[in-house]
Amino acid sequence: MLIPCPFCGERSESEFIYGGPVGADRPDPNTVSDAEWVEYLTVAPNPLGPVHERWWHARGCGEWLAIWRDTRTHDIVEAPDDSK
Amino acid sequence: MTQSNRHASGGRIDRGQPLRFAFNGKSYEGFEGDTLASALVANGVRVTARSFKYHRPRGIVGHGPEEPATLVELEGEDASGNRPATTIPLREGLRARSVNCWPSPEFDLGGVNQLLGRFIPAGFYYKTFKWPNWHLFEPSIRKAAGLAAAPNNPPSSGHFEARHAHTDVLIAGAGPAGLQAALEAGRAGKRVFLADEGTEAGGSLLNRNLTINGQPAMGWVDDAVQELREMTNVTHLQKATVWAYREHNLLIVNERNPEQDRIIERSWRVRAGEVIIATGATERAMVFSNNDRPGVMLASSVQAYVNRWGVTPGKRLVLFTNNNSVYAVASDLVATGIRVEAILDSRATVPQATLDMVPGLSVHASTVVGDVRGRKGVKAAKAVSATGVESWIECDVLAHSGGWNPTVHLWSQSRSSLQFDERLAAFLPDQAAQNCTAIGAAAGHLALDQIIEGGEDLAYEIEPLWRVDLPDQRGKAFLDIQNDVSVSDVHLALREGYDNVEHVKRYTTGGMGIDQGKTGNINIIGTVAMQKGVPLQEVGTTTFRSPYTPVSFGAIGGLREGSVLFPYRHTPVTQWNEDNGAVMYEAGARWRRPGYFPDQGEGLQEAVNRECRAVREGVGVYDGSPLGTFELKGRDVPQFLDFVYSNVMSSLTPGNGRYGLMLSDDGLILDDGVVFRLDDHRWLVSTSTGHADAMNQHMEKLLQTEFPDWQVMITTVTSQWNNATICGPRARDVMQALGTDIDLSPEAFPFMSFRDGTVAGFPARVVRVSFTGELSFEVNVAPRHMAALWDKVLEAGEPFGILPVGSESSHVLRVEKGFLSLGHEVDGTADAYDLGMGWVMSKKKTDYLGKRSILLRREGASTRRELVGILPDDPNKQVPEGAPLTPGGRKEATEGLVTACVWSVVNDRWVGLALLQGGHGRHGETAHVRLKDEVIPVKITKPVFHDPDGNLLRS
Amino acid sequence: MCSCIPSYKSIWVILQGRCALVKKLIDGTYLLMNAMATMQNYSVFSLARNAFSGHRNWPLAWRSPPLKDQYDVVVIGAGGHGLATAYYLAKEFGIKDVAVLERGWLGGGNIARNTVTIRSNYMRDESIPFYVKSVAMYEGLTHELNFNMMHSKRTMVDVVQTWPKLRELRRRQLVMDIYGSTYEQISVNELHQRIPALTGGGPDARLPVICGMVHTDAGVNRHDAVAWGYARAADALGVEIHQQTAVQSLIRGTDGNISGIETNRGTVRAKKVVVAVSGHTTTLTETAGLKLPLRTMNLTAFVSEPVQPLVDVIVNCPDSGFYFSQSDKGEMVIGGAPDMGQSFRRDIKQNVFEDTVTAMLSLFPSFKKLKLMRQWGGHLDIAHDASPIMDQTEIPGLFVTAGWWGGYKAIPAGGLTLAYLVAKEEPHPLMSSFTLNRFRHLDFVMEAGTTTAR
Repeated sequence: MLIPCPFCGERSESEFIYGGPVGADRPDPNTVSDAEWVEYLTVAPNPLGPVHERWWHARGCGEWLAIWRDTRTHDIVEAPDDSK
Repeated sequence: MTQSNRHASGGRIDRGQPLRFAFNGKSYEGFEGDTLASALVANGVRVTARSFKYHRPRGIVGHGPEEPATLVELEGEDASGNRPATTIPLREGLRARSVNCWPSPEFDLGGVNQLLGRFIPAGFYYKTFKWPNWHLFEPSIRKAAGLAAAPNNPPSSGHFEARHAHTDVLIAGAGPAGLQAALEAGRAGKRVFLADEGTEAGGSLLNRNLTINGQPAMGWVDDAVQELREMTNVTHLQKATVWAYREHNLLIVNERNPEQDRIIERSWRVRAGEVIIATGATERAMVFSNNDRPGVMLASSVQAYVNRWGVTPGKRLVLFTNNNSVYAVASDLVATGIRVEAILDSRATVPQATLDMVPGLSVHASTVVGDVRGRKGVKAAKAVSATGVESWIECDVLAHSGGWNPTVHLWSQSRSSLQFDERLAAFLPDQAAQNCTAIGAAAGHLALDQIIEGGEDLAYEIEPLWRVDLPDQRGKAFLDIQNDVSVSDVHLALREGYDNVEHVKRYTTGGMGIDQGKTGNINIIGTVAMQKGVPLQEVGTTTFRSPYTPVSFGAIGGLREGSVLFPYRHTPVTQWNEDNGAVMYEAGARWRRPGYFPDQGEGLQEAVNRECRAVREGVGVYDGSPLGTFELKGRDVPQFLDFVYSNVMSSLTPGNGRYGLMLSDDGLILDDGVVFRLDDHRWLVSTSTGHADAMNQHMEKLLQTEFPDWQVMITTVTSQWNNATICGPRARDVMQALGTDIDLSPEAFPFMSFRDGTVAGFPARVVRVSFTGELSFEVNVAPRHMAALWDKVLEAGEPFGILPVGSESSHVLRVEKGFLSLGHEVDGTADAYDLGMGWVMSKKKTDYLGKRSILLRREGASTRRELVGILPDDPNKQVPEGAPLTPGGRKEATEGLVTACVWSVVNDRWVGLALLQGGHGRHGETAHVRLKDEVIPVKITKPVFHDPDGNLLRS
Repeated sequence: MCSCIPSYKSIWVILQGRCALVKKLIDGTYLLMNAMATMQNYSVFSLARNAFSGHRNWPLAWRSPPLKDQYDVVVIGAGGHGLATAYYLAKEFGIKDVAVLERGWLGGGNIARNTVTIRSNYMRDESIPFYVKSVAMYEGLTHELNFNMMHSKRTMVDVVQTWPKLRELRRRQLVMDIYGSTYEQISVNELHQRIPALTGGGPDARLPVICGMVHTDAGVNRHDAVAWGYARAADALGVEIHQQTAVQSLIRGTDGNISGIETNRGTVRAKKVVVAVSGHTTTLTETAGLKLPLRTMNLTAFVSEPVQPLVDVIVNCPDSGFYFSQSDKGEMVIGGAPDMGQSFRRDIKQNVFEDTVTAMLSLFPSFKKLKLMRQWGGHLDIAHDASPIMDQTEIPGLFVTAGWWGGYKAIPAGGLTLAYLVAKEEPHPLMSSFTLNRFRHLDFVMEAGTTTAR
């Protein structure tokens, strides 16, 4: 896989460390309900299609970046229209 | 019998270079340019193999990687198994033998299976061998399977390597279409990577007698190769198979023997802007009774043997076809003076242009082959007409063509789609999923004039015949010759309800051999379609997976072996450690560290006791360099540290430090360590050795993704500082002996503070932390001074009996103090409260990572496993680390586990730590360690066995 | 009656959906045939008998009945867990009005692409008894289902190369012993005797081999046979298996409970629906507005060319990150680590593949000359704590079995305990730790390091 780094351009996946899906924003732990807190922590989007995820260019420039990648094809895609 | 089938002239072989080789123990001769297969054909060797299941005699069928029948094992230096004889270039001294038969393919004892054939249809093993159990039958069945012997040594000479390449255009296949594409791209100035699996370029043109603008087509090939050679932007490899097409246009190429014997194989990882698939087409077999007799060959392969290698597999040939291509074969045979007895064409009408190619030959339309005679070599073929007229035609080779399959393996691997084309009766490339194109025969352009201007070729026309279907058919008609899968097997599968093509494949094992069904899979699909009465497209094809042809693991690994596979991390003291007899091993995070320093004849326990005693009673020194160290700089470090650590760090004043825990937001302990404030804006964070990289990632991720506005800069300084940690009651004496400008008194330099200065003449930062519970000075210096500092410490410490201390002793010393160890006490279940460290969980801070989750978790659980100390009732009884504690020592669900157990030199007994259900409330009680055949009672105590008030480490 | 099946089937294909009256007639015939159907016994005798009739009289292994519009229970996914659940629902709990719906071909999911390792060497009280049960059930499955699973209890040997790993495995050993699962430490010499091909990892190697751990309960069998055996036996009990039947969404009634499913062949009503579609669990549950703590990953495997018997145990190298066994056909079946990131693909990443190969060659250098023959991947879903999830969800009537990582070994016990849960609506004691309840208080079941490769 080639991952586009904003500083280094397209680089091989082997230079990166996977950082997990971009989840919901962290809720205020002092006001959120238990169920919402658990969902925030444990449930990540698992789409059959574009997923928003983070990679760390650890063996490169050190940038943490986010890409949209299609889980069916590994194609790096534009952010879907309905994403925020 | 020396090359009795070799023509006097012709072919792309060098008759001036004879090569001796051995096959199944017999000596033969061939020529430079031969393959093992062509040399065997030249020598009239007909039975070259036995089949996998029935052990039927088999001969050579094909001429390339599609070969389904003749697999051999190479012996001697280039020993390797399961190689199609058609893909082995002949060389002097080559020794090969048939796989799958004993003692020889001519006389094979396994042939008895042929008599049992009717009892072992497809899937028979699912219905038998059940009583008493399969394991009883397994050894003999395993022995019968397996083909070649397993390799028992790595190659004795030469090596494998792997390389990267980046290219604008990768072209797979150097036949006419691939060469043409390479010329065009090369002339346009693009970087071109052209790879072809054959020993020389030309593809199908090597095997055929075609012309381009009236000139021999191979002349065009030679010109093209020459022009490409002169282009510096073109890399042209032969003997190089593109075997995998991965995502993002990454293709893997296996190049064999690129630099004679120095490199056995080279693996190329090619990243291509554009991929052109010019992999040609593969002829498929006809399916009729006994279509596996030695001498039943693919028509195009007969043509290849005649034209390319100047050999004839036989003297009297019968050809059987459903398409035009065989007529060109017949024409070439006639031109070479070989007798063609008849052409049997299953089609009702044979195109006139086709007939015109073979004037004077006997062509029978609407006729099929009904059977073949000749167990160890074809003797006659039975022609059966549409009206049922049968006649036996004597012959020694039956050449057949069931049509052509575009070689779409790579296309399909790229996830591009296939569509069944009714006109060509084949699956053709359809929609591309990556930036790739198929051209030439791979795209269904099966005649040369469709590929190259001026090329002259017969138009390709076909009426598919997936299998010969006659009443009263006898004898097995094979769909997969390698795995002995016949039409009746597929019928059985369908009859039993295994009616998806994947079920058929798995139930019959059709197409699952080493050849991956290159000549036969389509006939399986056709047979299924016929039987179910549905179009082929609906049956669909099975997935094409890498590799296109088998690739040795050595090439895939390349040079990544030995020390470069997984490089060690070293400190400057490694050499000293080795010189001084340390037992070194991997200690996590790839650090190679000393475990202990045994004296002459000393075992682990004695050495560890000696080292521990030195620390507790005198002084010891250990190399603490691998500890993860990070310098954090910036305005927002205090609030950042307060967020990532469970306790308050922002209140630290310059020069001072604090121990803390880092938690994940779901409340697991990630790491523990010490934070020092260097000055107003600079902080030093230390992490455990094993988790240093992960903590760097954790902190960077938070800063870059959650708090991009916060001004915090993290620099990894683990390797910028090395340290010798001097610990023990005499540590201050050693420091003084070393010479330092730092005031070492406890008042001026208290515990959990640091001072910059010089030690033994080196610029140093001295930190008062302790992982042993003793007075400690961690002397940090630049790595270039570390080895010298180490020597000086040992020299200065000698009067005090200083000893180097390894990681085994560090473990003992921390257990005696009840200090945590990640991976021991921190195993993903215990939280800070369980570990008796509630004080580290700030109540003041409204939020930090893990706070909410730990509160939530503690609301849920009734009782928790809590850290306790354990003292075996028998002080001399060691408890294995990891041993479970069960109620009363009974064999039932555990209530805890022993996380550590060490011989304590200060207590002169075994002591341990454990996580125990409700342990904090059970001090003084007895718990029971459950071993396999033994119960060990242990007394539950506080988890500290030395200096419980911490007076020593603060001294 | 056996020979009438093909003709009946072909008539049905022609008439299907064209004439309601005929269809009813045919349904009636089918019911009659169901009543008559008994599973033909497979044995060496039946094989011989059929040999003399040209194998023309073997009955269908399973039927292709028409899809009804209502069932007591619908199981989505004819993989190992789905088929086993259906079988035990019928066999143990008398619930026979069950349809197993499969988007592709039965046995085509992860059961078609795993490395068939069956073992019970887990670490925690929550897990071990469940897997011990599953291993025991596998051992009797050939006879129970009258289908040769080619079960080969051939032992797994761990090749230990680091001290922390050894500590972890010793910890497992003693807990496993409580539940009757076996794990014994052997010396490097014994290790070499068990696995002569293990010639790497010497004293000077990067990761020298320290010792071995022997798990004699472990075995391998034939994955297709497990799928086909359960399918055939479930079918004989009246369970209907519908292939090429893709479930598009779950349907909830006005009461919020599950009421059925929408398929490419129409609506099917059921008060109980089981989702057993590893990898696609969330794709389906989200159609009913249910979120689960699952992520889909791609795990790959590959096989070598077939060679003569070389290794007769399952070799697991947790420190190097790979494992393999030699199939009865002679192929080395090799598995490694998963791809990074979520993936619904079924192929292999080159870098992950190369890592596995290089690790393997460091311990088995002679394999340099062995050739790769085939490689593939499967997608599976992993729960937040990497332990399985089997539960009735917050949508009453909707059951899931998911989060299986190495779920092949769990098929018999997973099927049995899920059937128990579906039938009784309470968790089976063996799997009560695997319910969704644990997430409510973040009480994870952490089996760190128990997946074979890592």
